[in-house]
Amino acid sequence: MATITNATRAVGRPKRRWGTTALGMLILCVMLFPLYWMVNTALQPDSGLLEVDPVPHGLDLSGFSSALTEQGGHLLTSLAVALGAVVICLAFSAPAAYGLAQFKLRGARTVVFGTLITQMVPGIVIANALYSTYVHLGLVNSYFGLMLADASLGIPFAIVLMRSFMVAIPREVIEAAEVDGAGRMRTFVRVVLPMSRNSLITAGLFSFLYAWSDFMFALTLNTTDHVKPVTLGIYQYIGAHVGDWGSVMAASVLAAIPAAVLLVLAQKYIAAGITGGSVK
Amino acid sequence: MSTTTVPGPAAIGSTAETAPDPARTRRRRTLAQWGFVAPAVLFMLLFFGYPLVRNIVMSFQHYTPSTFFTGKAPFNGLDNWRNVFGDDLFGKALWQTIVFTIGSLIGQFCIGLGLAVFFNRRFPLGGVLRALMLLPWLVPMVVSGIVWRRILDQDTGVLNSFLGLFGIGHTPWLTSTHVALLAVTLVNIWIGIPFNTVILYGGLQELPREVYEAASLDGASAWRTFRSITLPLLRPVVTVVLVLGFMSTVKILDLVLALTDGGPADSTQTLGTLTYQDSFVQLDFGTGAVVGNVLVLISAVFAVFYLRANRNEGK
Repeated sequence: MATITNATRAVGRPKRRWGTTALGMLILCVMLFPLYWMVNTALQPDSGLLEVDPVPHGLDLSGFSSALTEQGGHLLTSLAVALGAVVICLAFSAPAAYGLAQFKLRGARTVVFGTLITQMVPGIVIANALYSTYVHLGLVNSYFGLMLADASLGIPFAIVLMRSFMVAIPREVIEAAEVDGAGRMRTFVRVVLPMSRNSLITAGLFSFLYAWSDFMFALTLNTTDHVKPVTLGIYQYIGAHVGDWGSVMAASVLAAIPAAVLLVLAQKYIAAGITGGSVK
Repeated sequence: MSTTTVPGPAAIGSTAETAPDPARTRRRRTLAQWGFVAPAVLFMLLFFGYPLVRNIVMSFQHYTPSTFFTGKAPFNGLDNWRNVFGDDLFGKALWQTIVFTIGSLIGQFCIGLGLAVFFNRRFPLGGVLRALMLLPWLVPMVVSGIVWRRILDQDTGVLNSFLGLFGIGHTPWLTSTHVALLAVTLVNIWIGIPFNTVILYGGLQELPREVYEAASLDGASAWRTFRSITLPLLRPVVTVVLVLGFMSTVKILDLVLALTDGGPADSTQTLGTLTYQDSFVQLDFGTGAVVGNVLVLISAVFAVFYLRANRNEGK
């Protein structure tokens, strides 16, 4: 809903108020300064524990190369875990969102309420209880175990978000597909999913970011170095090598890249996701 | 997904069977429809419902480092609860959690609202700037924490260098027991501003324009319009933003660990980090469960507000 009104309003020609734009840029500079500093520090690997200059003097990429040596494997782990989590998340949440949006199920409201309530369960409480269960099931230190836990970060959000979009699919479209002899599953895969592409992408992006950013499950559900995502990698590295800031910041830049890429590629989906998922 | 069974098209069934039983087909249809929803419900029960129940049970059990070899965690009544509530650190962490959460919310909300109002004015590049503003919120929290740890360094951090230009002495942001909690709160405000801005901006965009036209015809000042029209109309969104903010702030763990590890001298320990320390560092999962339960209880009170807010939205 929010996006529709935004779009229609944006059509109106903006008044040329560049003074406001300048102020906006200033605010943005202040907000993004820490991220600039991250990149800046990463490009001055020789600064170590000294003060960092305001701008890098040249393109010293040795911080990045040592970060790739130290954290390259962990970055790949993060990628694998996050992608796995997205697949699990969408596989569970897309059908559920459809069912809750279109079938007039008794109890659907309760499920939606329950989904909203999950947001109040602190992650550390989940980890606390999950750990011993994971030990029993042999899921500690496993990729699959971490993928499952990380998928749980995205599922409630994905259900709420996709449901709010799927409600808008006209019943006639679904009925027409079923009259044509398509089963419920076929209708879902062939008609509903393509029509919900945008919400599917948004949910996928967010569950990717949630899983990629996860630190707590990585920290608590792993006892060895076997499965170590980059968030955990950086945290442990900084504990052990206090002085090596250039390399740490380079690793941080690499860990922040997915966020930046997603923001550039999928700007409108992300804004819609934040508002759509939390207000509706 | 694999558990969802797809019944053949209903049309075939009705021609093949001589007398279709409407009640039975309806039941079969309902069952097939629940097949779409059930896997996700089961997943959420396992990953959210079960931990809640399990934590309550665990809080009455005695866990030791050897528990995971022997499998023995005998029930010990209220011992864990007594230990936690008798420990000064718990009271300290509770107080610090409250200060951190409320401080974060006030800061995030006020600045977020200001920025939302700012971006609500239309100006060139407004949309792009607003989108870029999201970046701090999208970056993994641990990464933000580590970056700020460098910025806030007492001797070589850029913040103190900058403040030094104005003659302000080197503040031990993360190493003084008096300042560390404030520093952690400030960093969390920075992280939360984008979220508040985006949701409040969305809320502002949905407000009916006619009311504003009427107000400006009546000659109402900008501040008056904001106070008597914008804020009351925005109330449902404000509630949602504050409650969601509360629930994500009160349980925070990543940021504190990345910035201070709960130190110095436990001065930034929160209920979240305390749960982690008890369970995963001391391996006393029973004590950790007690602290976790308190955290759940606090969140639950606010979940009630959240559900109310959602119901008032007219859903």
